[in-house]
Amino acid sequence: MGIVTLIISAMLVSNVVLVRFLGTCPFLGVSKKISNAIGLGLATIFVVFFSSLLSYGLYHLVLKPLGLEFLSLVSFILIIASFVQFVEMFLKKYIPSLYRSLGIYLPLITTNCIVLAIALENIGNNYSLVETIVYSLSVSAGFLLVLILFSVIRERIDSLNRVPQAFKGAAIALIITALMTMAFFGFQGLV
Amino acid sequence: MKQKINIFISSAFSNNSTFVLLLGLCSILATSSTLSSAVGMGLAVMIVLMMTNLIISLLRKIIPAEIRIPVYIIIIASTVTVVDMLMKAFTPELTITLGVYLQLIVVNCIIMARAEVFASKNKPLDSLIDGFGTAFGYLISIIVLSLLREIIGTGSLTFVNPFTNATVFSWTIFDARYAISLMVSNTGAFLILGLLLAAINALSMLISSHKKRRKEALIAKGGQG
Repeated sequence: MGIVTLIISAMLVSNVVLVRFLGTCPFLGVSKKISNAIGLGLATIFVVFFSSLLSYGLYHLVLKPLGLEFLSLVSFILIIASFVQFVEMFLKKYIPSLYRSLGIYLPLITTNCIVLAIALENIGNNYSLVETIVYSLSVSAGFLLVLILFSVIRERIDSLNRVPQAFKGAAIALIITALMTMAFFGFQGLV
Repeated sequence: MKQKINIFISSAFSNNSTFVLLLGLCSILATSSTLSSAVGMGLAVMIVLMMTNLIISLLRKIIPAEIRIPVYIIIIASTVTVVDMLMKAFTPELTITLGVYLQLIVVNCIIMARAEVFASKNKPLDSLIDGFGTAFGYLISIIVLSLLREIIGTGSLTFVNPFTNATVFSWTIFDARYAISLMVSNTGAFLILGLLLAAINALSMLISSHKKRRKEALIAKGGQG
């Protein structure tokens, strides 16, 4: 598969949230304000990129030569959890301004299924190093894109204040998401 | 005994992970397109949750408080690896259908939440019941969603035995010409879950306003008497 095709299919055609349902929790939870959405999206891109690189290296340099492929799930989740912890400590010490703006979202990312799913898929799809980098960047960029679009719609819906009482909160958010998935069906024929 | 039943009811219904707490929606949305995959996913979560709750509860006095989260993560990830291997061996077709979502049980917030909130503080048997109850609530939610999606989306209902891959039953509810196939796709997943949440909200608002009115009526009656 060409690199351009890979980018388009990972970002738009099979978008993480809308088509593959990954990362639904932060998608619904941190989308009330656009500034929070951008912060979480950027933090996710950063963590996804480095943790998929780390897990790619671990798999091909350690687990595969030793025949320990069955440990990949356990070791990947440990890598992700400790990497997030490390980033948090590093930012707190050396770049406090970035820590303050991203700080609250970082611990949330460990439980974001996107990170683990991408690490597992890079291995499952037998991607090369270049494909791993491109795939993890474009999937998480797709997450950022949808998160921004969704938070803009949500801010507007909340400010209108015309939602019926029973639909307030998660119910209307899920229905907006359903409408967004229909819009994203339009990309289906691209690849 | 009554206390045990209370644990079950609280974890399965009044604190239902999907409809009340909105946890672990990824797997609920992704694997509820057919009844067979929904039941498979629900049972896999049930096995994992009961095992992890039991193990963590047995080890709760040994695990140091400072590093409990990484320890829980290792216990959960190992259990999921075991379940994944067993399912690959005995239910290969179901494993392919569930795909990456089976391994993603590791990051399902429900399991971590029960470990942290319940299993780390309670006796093994109670934790086992809590795990069963929580997973039962998850199973009920995913089955309800899959029933609505499969019936509205295809007009029929099929259940496949995951071990033998033989069809257990296949009922046609209405003609497939009138089915809304959008409901089987991802749009249907978000739409039906959203509508279900709204229906549950409306129902609970109705019940609480009814209770309030009855209370007021009782007070008014008491005042007159």
